[in-house]
Amino acid sequence: MSNIIEHLPVLQIVVPLVAAPTIVLFRNSTLSWILAVLASWFCLFGSITMLNQINGGGEIPTYLIGGWDPHVGIVYQVDIANAFILTLLSGISAVVFVYARTSVRDEIPEAKHHYFYAALLLCFTGLMGMAITGDAFNIFVFLEISSLSGYALIAMGRNPKALTAAYRYLIMGTLGGTFILLGIGFLYMMTGTLNLEELSHAVPHYAETSVVRAAFAFITVGTCIKLALFPLHMWLPNCYTYAPSVVSAFLSATATKVSFYVLLRAMFMLFGAALIAQAKIFLSFVIFLALIGIFMGSLKAIGQDDVKRLLAYSSIAQIGYMVLGLSLDNADGLTGAIIHLFNHALTKGGLFLVMGCFMYRLNSTKIKDLAGIGKKMPLTMLAFTIGGLSLIGVPLTAGFISKWYLAMGALQAGMWWLLVLILLASLLAVVYIFRVLEAAYFGTPEKEHDVEEAPFSLLFPTYVLIGSTIFFGIWTEPMLGAARKSAELFLSSGGAL
Amino acid sequence: MIIHGITIILFLFLYVIAIVIGRSRNLFAAVMLSGIFSLISACLFVIMDAVDVAFTEAAVGAGVSTVLMMIVLNLTSDRESPPVQPKVFPLLVALLTGGVLIYATKDMPAFGDPEALIHQSQTTNHYLWHSFEESHIPNVVTTVLASYRGYDTLGETTVVFTAAVAVMLLLGHVRESETPPKLINDPIALVGAKMLIPYILLFALYVQFHGDFGPGGGFQAGVMFAAAFVLHGMVLSPKHTLKAAPALIIEKLVALGVLLYAAVGIYCLFKGGNFLEYDVLLSHGEKPNPHGQHIGILLVEAGVGLTVFAAMLTLFYKFALRGKA
Repeated sequence: MSNIIEHLPVLQIVVPLVAAPTIVLFRNSTLSWILAVLASWFCLFGSITMLNQINGGGEIPTYLIGGWDPHVGIVYQVDIANAFILTLLSGISAVVFVYARTSVRDEIPEAKHHYFYAALLLCFTGLMGMAITGDAFNIFVFLEISSLSGYALIAMGRNPKALTAAYRYLIMGTLGGTFILLGIGFLYMMTGTLNLEELSHAVPHYAETSVVRAAFAFITVGTCIKLALFPLHMWLPNCYTYAPSVVSAFLSATATKVSFYVLLRAMFMLFGAALIAQAKIFLSFVIFLALIGIFMGSLKAIGQDDVKRLLAYSSIAQIGYMVLGLSLDNADGLTGAIIHLFNHALTKGGLFLVMGCFMYRLNSTKIKDLAGIGKKMPLTMLAFTIGGLSLIGVPLTAGFISKWYLAMGALQAGMWWLLVLILLASLLAVVYIFRVLEAAYFGTPEKEHDVEEAPFSLLFPTYVLIGSTIFFGIWTEPMLGAARKSAELFLSSGGAL
Repeated sequence: MIIHGITIILFLFLYVIAIVIGRSRNLFAAVMLSGIFSLISACLFVIMDAVDVAFTEAAVGAGVSTVLMMIVLNLTSDRESPPVQPKVFPLLVALLTGGVLIYATKDMPAFGDPEALIHQSQTTNHYLWHSFEESHIPNVVTTVLASYRGYDTLGETTVVFTAAVAVMLLLGHVRESETPPKLINDPIALVGAKMLIPYILLFALYVQFHGDFGPGGGFQAGVMFAAAFVLHGMVLSPKHTLKAAPALIIEKLVALGVLLYAAVGIYCLFKGGNFLEYDVLLSHGEKPNPHGQHIGILLVEAGVGLTVFAAMLTLFYKFALRGKA
């Protein structure tokens, strides 16, 4: 191996991909955990190296897998958007996998630990593979890996309802995957290439054909199912509610985010301005859906009595914000969408880790069981409070940055009324977060809790994610810069015709 | 003209079978019919000259998946409980999807149109004109699958591995019944199967290694190899098969197949090439290097075969060894 840096793009995938079968081979809980953590840390190191290189004005040379040219084989062409999403994915995993040790011991039977870690790593591999690849069909292959392992992971929740939730997600997810495959097949049929770069040049020439239009419809709807955009969100609340704590945190912070990234790639780089311009009405429709998603999600969240389910509905609202930013079709809106993808992943991942702490001590995440818990588990509750503030979008937290850019985008698009709606939706977030805070700090428990603070092994990773929402809320430049460059990349490639 | 006629008739069969499957409340019939559906699809693939795909569809769709479904039915019931109310929404979604598909055909190049870009593109030309000089393998499909797009195939092998992990995670350590239900209780089947099994194994090996020259390869061979064991388990008892192929070893083979595939790729890195760049194997620096390609393809196909075989057998064990709930 002449130079590890040179092979970094492919090692991002190969390392976790090899770690998963190795885990199955050794069948040991501790070893599985160590391998999973090492693999995710390696990926984090690699992603940050690549992001730094690109952010510093450098380029990552195109990696030819199998040594074949782009039109013959599969290539990895890492640009700023790839590096950005890879850093997010591996960063979240690096924290969540550390947290997994204590939580998994508590929630998963010992004999299944190695399968569980293998599935977790496979899911991670799949998501990373979708995020890095420069080949349309390769996206589908890795989508399959991440989806299959995701269904199994969700089904591992202790509540029997987890099985039904996973099954519904399996049906919906398979539908989404099939649509994406059909769309990719149609594009290949018209252009004779699967390379994303070549496709982005070829597809606009066929933008008028029914085949490309159908491909656009299939890929958009397919990714929106995986993304859980209203009204295709029905699978999400139960999955996040009943999945094991680690899985809820991991998937909420990564799976929908990667789908959103794929949607961005497809919309701006494949179909580009040529097709979207034909469909101004389509964008207005998407804004409409995003807004319904935001309000429906927030209102539903207010009515929930299980905090995990509350957070799940809040996720549907946050997905609405991201899609809103995308459909504004301008630089600030898109920057807002991309930075919100990042910030929401940190916030929601962190909040679900807090839920894992409650699950560990109380065996419940119901609001009524959390009454008065602020006195018994002050650190855990403080983490929830910080995460909640970021979810609302209070200044000095990461959530504020994304809402700020979304608002700027709305103004730039001349839709000032969107500002009012965004503000209104944030107020709804205040309501659902304060319902939890009120119960935890001022509520009186039905019977006195006999619990202590969550263990350090859970609290530390939780605080790393929750702390990062403040860190990136104050030190905004590196990630915001990457998000802005990604937005510019998407918008400029849109005019490829 | 005759070909057109056959195609139309086969498609009509597909329609009828699909509708019957949808309407049937007898799950046993539905499973058998979906096996036939796969077989007819395989015939259509043959007509389209996609023999490798046809082979896989026949082995997986009509073969192993039908058997697995039957074993699952053995655990539950073969009657579907009647639906609570007729559902309109799914029908609308299906009609809409169908509508978009039909709309897409409007500008679609005709099937087999030599002028279509898909047949003219740089990619296709490279595959058709250069694959032999680069790999000395006559079956272009194998070269595309295992070398040009070998990374996708590594991914697909990982998908099979993931499926096995998912099943083990879900059904991992459920109570295994002491005496699993005997699936086929018939002396004629027993004698017949005993005679067939060695030939199935032999044919599977042929398919595995003949993939370079004709239709075949790791996916199909793995399924066939597993089919021989499944047949054994069905006519005797899964417990007997366990003695020949212990579950734990088979489970490790699922992982080893993927590792073998990935190891070939990683070895290429150490030899100074890119990931899965078989040209650097057995190399003296020349490129193209058909010998390296050949050995690389042989090894990764073995990895695929191993994982697919072991995954199929693991699925069989997990279902067949359970007692009736």
